[in-house]
Amino acid sequence: MSRAFRAEIRENLPLNRNHKLLTLAPLDPMSEPQPGQFYMVEVHEGFDPLLKRAFSLFRRTPQGMQLMYRLQGRGTAILGNMRPGSVINMLGPLGRGYPLPAAGETPIIIAGGIGIASVFSLIETVPARAHVIYGARTRDDLFMLNELKEISKGLSVCTDDGTDGQQANVLQMLDQVLGAHPQELADAVVYACGPRPMLRALSVMTKAKDIKAYLSLEEHMACGIGACLGCVVRAKDTGTAAEDKDRQGTYQRVCKEGPVFDADGIVWE
Amino acid sequence: MNLEVSIGGLKMKNPVMTASGTFGYGEEYEEFLDLNLLGAIVVKGLSLQPKEGNPPPRVVETAAGMLNAIGLQNIGIERFVSEKIPFLRTLNTPVIVNFFGDSVDEYSEAASRLDGVEGIHALEMNISCPNKQAGWAAFGTDPKVTCEVVSAVRKRTTLPLIVKLSPNVTDIALMARVAEDSGADALSLINTLTGMAIDIRTRSPKLANIRGGLSGPAIKPVAVRMVYDVFKAVKVPLVGMGGIMNADDAVEFIMAGASAVAVGTANFINPSVAGEIALGIAAFMEREGIGDIRLLKGAAHAV
Repeated sequence: MSRAFRAEIRENLPLNRNHKLLTLAPLDPMSEPQPGQFYMVEVHEGFDPLLKRAFSLFRRTPQGMQLMYRLQGRGTAILGNMRPGSVINMLGPLGRGYPLPAAGETPIIIAGGIGIASVFSLIETVPARAHVIYGARTRDDLFMLNELKEISKGLSVCTDDGTDGQQANVLQMLDQVLGAHPQELADAVVYACGPRPMLRALSVMTKAKDIKAYLSLEEHMACGIGACLGCVVRAKDTGTAAEDKDRQGTYQRVCKEGPVFDADGIVWE
Repeated sequence: MNLEVSIGGLKMKNPVMTASGTFGYGEEYEEFLDLNLLGAIVVKGLSLQPKEGNPPPRVVETAAGMLNAIGLQNIGIERFVSEKIPFLRTLNTPVIVNFFGDSVDEYSEAASRLDGVEGIHALEMNISCPNKQAGWAAFGTDPKVTCEVVSAVRKRTTLPLIVKLSPNVTDIALMARVAEDSGADALSLINTLTGMAIDIRTRSPKLANIRGGLSGPAIKPVAVRMVYDVFKAVKVPLVGMGGIMNADDAVEFIMAGASAVAVGTANFINPSVAGEIALGIAAFMEREGIGDIRLLKGAAHAV
């Protein structure tokens, strides 16, 4: 089955001044998405802006799916103005999502800002199992807190300005969570999506503590299907050591080998 | 209705090909269109040795176009032959291998290695890449160097040889004549136009490589003009490309003088589009009552 499909916009709800939640109902048969996968969305039928935009699956719904997005540039501004009933062209689900935790493992799921859009469905997939750490700049940029409380084992919130939760960053929160549950978190596995500096710091921290971690990355993307080789990051194959002798890694496609990578394999540049 | 065309000895069931670098090795698009609808598949450019490419960011969107600086990342000829050709051979569509080198010797060796591989039906030579022996100036911007490298490759292959011209020259008709005289069976044009974009907030180039190649509908009028000029200058068939988004665009290139067309950046926006364009050209001919695609070739020159 082709992953190209048309979808009708059912809702395009503002969440705050610059974040929205898009509810879509596919008009063609759709493939079942996995947490951490993404969609390419056509925001404009003309030639400007030209390219589709990549958005994480936020949540599977009975009729289709939701995408949460931040109004960031021209593409998202056009998408933000679309009304229910509009039909858009999409590709997806694309890429490799989060490998689910094994039975004995305890997931710690970390979101920084709009990174919640990528990890929310993962948290739903492991109900009442995940310790969730959710950080944002300020209270207004935190979404779905009630839902998150319900579907997680524990929710730790932090903001840069202290307007909600602790005035801290997600790394400090991770330290706290690990310290509070040393027994249970002996078999922790970290999942995270957020700004690049946050992910990089997390990879250093999880490596130092010998915790398995999976990070969802972003990069400028044109096609979303592995053809253009635009969206690469340097990463090592952690599974097979074959091409890995020099520990330099190879350029891997965020859209195909990612967007979720084993933190240990990412070569930060 | 006849849609068949011949490009330097390569017979194609219709004039629609894919532009190198926008269609992977073909398999990436299998789920999105019937690859047998295409006149030919042109695969991602190959070199003798695998190439890692440029650091990211490698792509940036611009007005009605995009800049790319992938840096010719590819898996190398050996892996292509062992890993990608088996799938391509299951298709009923000819495969054109785009290739490049950073010296005349590398070009020759690559052409020689690709010659005689079952499942490769023609070669497309990228001469827009940098020449190590000439301070990394592009091969295809100097007539002498173009003559040298095309002549060298010509001696090493019996496959139909398409030379892909760079638009980043003063007189593309001159470069076209040089390539023709050096043994090209056909010419394809245009490659991307060199450009750049700057982030005014950070005051730095948006691409890590600083410069990139501009493609997409923004460049189409430039490409159509170049095909028009080159058609007047040479006898070999032309493959026209540059911003083709739909069948109307494709017909425009054919009327400018192209025997075949290649769909590039449009594949990124709609992965089914190359097949749609092949069908759309047939629909155009039907509407216009034209029985043979060759009757459209160069039609704009009659005026």
